[in-house]
Amino acid sequence: MLIPYTVKPRPDTGLINSKLGIWLFLASEVMLFGALFSSYILLRVNSVDWPVGSTILSVPIAAFNTVVLISSSITVIMAWASLKMGNLSKGRMYILITFLLGLTFMCVKAYEYNTKFHHGLFPSESTFMAIYFTLTGLHGLHVLGGMIVFAYFWGPGAKMWKTEPEHFTNRIEIVGLYWHFVDLVWIFLFPVLYLL
Amino acid sequence: MGDSVEDIKKHVRTYVMVFVVLLFLTGVTVGISYVDMGHTMNIVLALVIATIKASLVAAYFMHLISEKKLIYYTLLIAALFFIGLMFLPTGQSLDPIHL
Repeated sequence: MLIPYTVKPRPDTGLINSKLGIWLFLASEVMLFGALFSSYILLRVNSVDWPVGSTILSVPIAAFNTVVLISSSITVIMAWASLKMGNLSKGRMYILITFLLGLTFMCVKAYEYNTKFHHGLFPSESTFMAIYFTLTGLHGLHVLGGMIVFAYFWGPGAKMWKTEPEHFTNRIEIVGLYWHFVDLVWIFLFPVLYLL
Repeated sequence: MGDSVEDIKKHVRTYVMVFVVLLFLTGVTVGISYVDMGHTMNIVLALVIATIKASLVAAYFMHLISEKKLIYYTLLIAALFFIGLMFLPTGQSLDPIHL
């Protein structure tokens, strides 16, 4: 089935369908993460003894990962801007860099999880560890999801450029919106879990 | 938003500037976490900076600064429900639990 209005805006909404679609999806994502943040507040307010994140978790590692994610946000914009200016090879290069930054984030996260497990810190250890693994785990799954999409657009998905360059450019803009949202969630997760 | 090559180049300059500000604010977040300003103040400041960073990402990277009305309406509804969610835990004071 062909989805209409992927290049030309739909007259009544003034938007391409994919853009409205991703924003509706992101609105639902706000509620998904919102529910978990709300749970975090409930657990923290009611706990007798809540640890300061930095005494258990590594702030430098998480700060590094914050920089990685923010950088990947700018590279996905550069990918879109390059495609907008008609440069496919540069666009694909930036898509690849974004993917690699996502991979870096996940490797660092895996290292972090591993260190925690080595110290016997599993989700069952405490309420703090439980909400830490739940929040970062769900966020990590989102990073992984984005990486799969970037891998596709860098590889087989890029074929679309030959026949429908504008459509392909819009696809990168849409996955970019999702990627920025994942970055945005991390911007809150970092201070909430590691610093406070 | 303009779509000519010149427009895009201008936008890219803005994006890079926002990127630099985001890196700077990340440094500030980490820096002030080492300064003891009282527990509540530390929490408030960290969340204020995070909100500024998130707003920059949403406004510039996600183009919300110049978006169509329908998207604003969608997000307004999401924002209202989100605020409701954040205040939901206060309801527990009526029937406290102790973890």
